[in-house]
Amino acid sequence: MAAVQETIDQVKSIDVTEYKYGFVTEVEVDKPAKGLTEDTVRYISARKNEPEWMLEWRLDAFRRWKTMTEPNWSRVNYPPIDYQDLYYYAAPKKGASPKSLDEVDPAILETYKKLGIPLREQEILAGVAPENRVAVDAVFDSVSVVTTFKKELAQAGVIFCSISEAIQEHPELVKKYLASVVPVTDNYFATLNSAVFTDGSFVYIPKGVRCPMELSTYFRINEQNTGQFERTLIIADEGAYVSYLEGCTAPKRDENQLHAAVVELIALDDAEIKYSTVQNWFPGDAEGKGGIYNFVTKRGDCRGKRSKISWTQVETGSAITWKYPSCILRGDGSRGEFYSIAVSNGMQQVDSGTKMLHLGKNTTSKIIAKGIAAGKSDSTYRGMVSAHRKATGARNFTNCDSLLIGDQCGAHTIPYIEAKTATAVFEHEATTSKIGEDQMFYCQQRGLSEEEAVALIVNGFVKEVLQQLPMEFAVEAQKLITISLEGSVG
Amino acid sequence: MLEIRNLVVKIADEDKQILNGLNLTVNDGEVAAIMGPNGSGKSTLSYVIAGKEDYEVLEGEILLNGENVLEMEADQRAAAGIFLAFQYPLEIPGVATMTFLKAAMNAQRKARGEAELLTPDFIKQVNAAADKLGIAKDMLRRPLNVGFSGGEKKRMEILQMALLSPSMCILDETDSGLDIDALRIVAEGVNALRDKSRGFLVITHYQRLLDHIVPDTVHVMSQGKIVRTGGKELALELEKSGYASYGEAA
Repeated sequence: MAAVQETIDQVKSIDVTEYKYGFVTEVEVDKPAKGLTEDTVRYISARKNEPEWMLEWRLDAFRRWKTMTEPNWSRVNYPPIDYQDLYYYAAPKKGASPKSLDEVDPAILETYKKLGIPLREQEILAGVAPENRVAVDAVFDSVSVVTTFKKELAQAGVIFCSISEAIQEHPELVKKYLASVVPVTDNYFATLNSAVFTDGSFVYIPKGVRCPMELSTYFRINEQNTGQFERTLIIADEGAYVSYLEGCTAPKRDENQLHAAVVELIALDDAEIKYSTVQNWFPGDAEGKGGIYNFVTKRGDCRGKRSKISWTQVETGSAITWKYPSCILRGDGSRGEFYSIAVSNGMQQVDSGTKMLHLGKNTTSKIIAKGIAAGKSDSTYRGMVSAHRKATGARNFTNCDSLLIGDQCGAHTIPYIEAKTATAVFEHEATTSKIGEDQMFYCQQRGLSEEEAVALIVNGFVKEVLQQLPMEFAVEAQKLITISLEGSVG
Repeated sequence: MLEIRNLVVKIADEDKQILNGLNLTVNDGEVAAIMGPNGSGKSTLSYVIAGKEDYEVLEGEILLNGENVLEMEADQRAAAGIFLAFQYPLEIPGVATMTFLKAAMNAQRKARGEAELLTPDFIKQVNAAADKLGIAKDMLRRPLNVGFSGGEKKRMEILQMALLSPSMCILDETDSGLDIDALRIVAEGVNALRDKSRGFLVITHYQRLLDHIVPDTVHVMSQGKIVRTGGKELALELEKSGYASYGEAA
């Protein structure tokens, strides 16, 4: 039988049992009644002891959300979501708002251990050079269970905590920056998030400070029928630098779970934010049953002169991905970058890309997007590059490549390019290729097994993006890509 | 030693039979040439030996040193010592030539139960082999065969042949698309690998390659069979008389 035919048959029989993070943690949780009303919003706000202004802000968002309709312009198909059939908050009962790790439910600690995320500082420290340490904020369903290395970071003036804590402890910063990049009514999912967001991370790097370690947040959705509404806000003050990494997993469940996040980044003069994501939500099974619906609004504002924001993402999970991490290049001479690898297999659907909005003078941006589609999946790159009429000297370079494995998957590239100044230089390159039977035979003739040949070709394809990830995560991401494509060839 | 006995092969999914009871032996240390008109099944023979999946073997056997290779996958055959220099080498975008070479060498070593090559040893071997073939270092850093000229691609095939050190080398129309200088370099590369423990099967339509790689035996193939066998003078005779008497369509 021909190799490509075998590939197709393998893909047909693929069972996404390779998803190794699909276990469920048994914990007692505290949650409100199903459904979404003003009372739900009040419940969430009350659970978090929020000040009155925050509750008002949420209620305002909720009222606006009720007047909005779900967008349908993306190339993804899913049955209508019943927003009244979801839980909007779930928090482990035991050790709510723990003061230390000892108060955290051991089942949760065990979960993170299984996921390979050590939360005890002494465990993290064992055998790790100081410059390679990573501070972690662990978010379990709707709450942040622990944030590591807080003390040490505080010595450098860095604030790294859950957004709930920031609302209590640093209201002036939250008030100043929250929704300043993604307005409350930006889009349907962002508005929903504004009403019911539960937890996420808050980072503030003061003027001139280079954050002494990598920061990361690890999101885990555990509860059934529960939406996770992550809200993250990162501010790098003048001349500051921070590298932040986000990781995500969820149990295997038959029902779809909703993840509607909002992430806002603000970089002031000469500041730099590097934001990396390794997204490995449960992708659903072979028939497309279950999996996470990932509707995410991520946007960075290069507010200051010569500021820089770069997004790097490796996306292997989710049943549906709807996500466009973007940069507003407001400050003169600012720079935005977007590096992305989107792997889809089985029945996954991806509509993802970026927006680079050039507003300031001499702003530059770069987009490198690599899509790999296997199985019956469908992957769309959607990207916008625009230059305001005052954005003289704006430059963009875009490269989107798609690699197809088998002949039942699809890859699409939809670029939008708008230049309102004649001085803008925008370049766009795109390719679509397929791992051919002849290419496979050539590699095998040299002694590589089919699996090795695919891995080699795929790694060659994504190398440019993997190089942007912090070293230890690049290795993880490479493994993840290989696992996601396991069984996609005979 | 390669022994092919009564090989009958058709294209998978089609009724078209290409090889019709072919018999051929290539001894260790022997350079055997196969010449024949277009469509006589020469390239098919090379693919079937190497294990390409587009064909179905209906009858016969192929033995490498007494072992039946028809039971093996293409990569297992490679590890057992079969190397095919392609008529049209494939491009592997994004994979540096060095990376590809190392992956291939280590995959074969692994299959044979040998330890992986140490990087310094690997680099030494590659550099020495590349120098002999006049392959520049910067070419080894470029993605394999991407944007290479016809001559560069063929030299790269011989480089791989040298590094993988196979016991049975098959060259499929290696002279096609080469100018005379490139042909000479490639032929020298092949001649340097001639060894009493290694067999060669040189497939070509034209005699000119055999001026540079002088064969011990020449086989004429027609309609999926070996129809005549002789010494190197047979090639010269074919050059003069053409394949007309072997059924090439005019």
